[in-house]
Amino acid sequence: MSKIKDFQEYVSKSQVWRSIFRVGVPTTDRKRALAVLGNVFLHLHPVKVRTSGIRLKYTWCMGGISFFLFLVLSLTGLLLMFYYRPTGEYAYPDIVDLGEQVSLGLMRELHRWAAHLMVITVWLHMFRVFMTGSYKPPREFNWGVGVLLLIFTLLLSFTGYLLPWDQLAIWAITVGGNMARATPFAGYEGPGASLLSIGDIRLVHAGDDARFALLGGRFVGTNALLRFYVLHCVGIPIVAGALMAVHFWRVRKDGGISGPL
Amino acid sequence: MADDATAKNVIPTGSAGAGGKSPEAVKAAAPAATRRSFLASMSWLGLGWVAFTAGTGAALTALGRFMFPNVLFEPPQSFKAGLPNEYSLGVDERWKEKYRVWIIRTEEGFFALSGECTHLGCTPNYFTSEAKFKCPCHGSGFYAAGGKEKIGINFEGPAPRPLERFRIALTDDGQIVVDKSQKFQQEKGEWIDPESFLKI
Repeated sequence: MSKIKDFQEYVSKSQVWRSIFRVGVPTTDRKRALAVLGNVFLHLHPVKVRTSGIRLKYTWCMGGISFFLFLVLSLTGLLLMFYYRPTGEYAYPDIVDLGEQVSLGLMRELHRWAAHLMVITVWLHMFRVFMTGSYKPPREFNWGVGVLLLIFTLLLSFTGYLLPWDQLAIWAITVGGNMARATPFAGYEGPGASLLSIGDIRLVHAGDDARFALLGGRFVGTNALLRFYVLHCVGIPIVAGALMAVHFWRVRKDGGISGPL
Repeated sequence: MADDATAKNVIPTGSAGAGGKSPEAVKAAAPAATRRSFLASMSWLGLGWVAFTAGTGAALTALGRFMFPNVLFEPPQSFKAGLPNEYSLGVDERWKEKYRVWIIRTEEGFFALSGECTHLGCTPNYFTSEAKFKCPCHGSGFYAAGGKEKIGINFEGPAPRPLERFRIALTDDGQIVVDKSQKFQQEKGEWIDPESFLKI
């Protein structure tokens, strides 16, 4: 028995062990706080949380669930990228194969359902924050960040919609993309666009307006597919991730999850 | 104005009690910053800011331009559609898939009807038996028979205006040529334009 104890002592006093577990067994409040502050993953979570903040009836946990779904979507999306090729020739067959040929065949369904759920939970989170008055000062800045996050969530949904490259996807993005035609000044059917002309020559037309830049062409083709793929997998997640960091940081700096007023 | 700026610049470098003194006194207390050296440093700083702003602006402009492709792998806007005698009376669908255009022959001649629904831009389907174009997205309907004044007019569903027509003409070798870059809208009274209709 003492041999085991000696060995335990030898391990727990070794340089490797102490370099990983710096604080030791967190037996006191101070050690507990140090353990949290010294760990990059634990320190992301506040040291103290209000009782009301963990009352499910108050927060519905909708913000937390939204973030959890974002993590699920990041992971499943990353895995889907191993099998999906964003070109006109391969996109649709790859989507079919993801269901029929790839092991388990449900990674895409997980991604899809999590995406639908995230849109719902983000709206419910917004509803909860509104109904509890949690947008009021000093949290009004974070409400603005939250609105941006809502927009980016919807844009992620919109760009992901095209990727299956079936009829529903193509025509849905055709309809959605046509909204960009009505952008003031920048869309060729938008207000003010006709003012931007030199004589009879229109400066803003179907070949150089906002929709053209969005789709990379005059209609939803392979350029649009590639653009939406890059925006969906890289561009928007990076911006949304940065905004989430700001969002969570502000929650803590503004006094934690808001309590009942 | 320049005097004020100079004085402001000097205050922090002066002695602790300089805040209440007149600008002249402050200047005397800190001879290190003269008007000449201050203006020189300001102009270098200004030049730096101008260069930085110009560089950033140029980079952003270039980035914006980068997003507009110069070469498109799309069908051309203008195409030859064959000889007139290859068409029989009524709606012809042979160019619909590639160019999104119906060539329609009536007793009087030809016109090219756009296959883009005026509601939100889907492609309607042509139903021979019902003599109409019906959009699968939201159910807009357009007449597909009834002569050159009626074909393409919206009569059901959310479409706010008739389908557009494109410029149609004959080439030197007698073929029909359709130019999609020039469109004619019925609600603007453009369907009477001679370029929108090919009399044969």
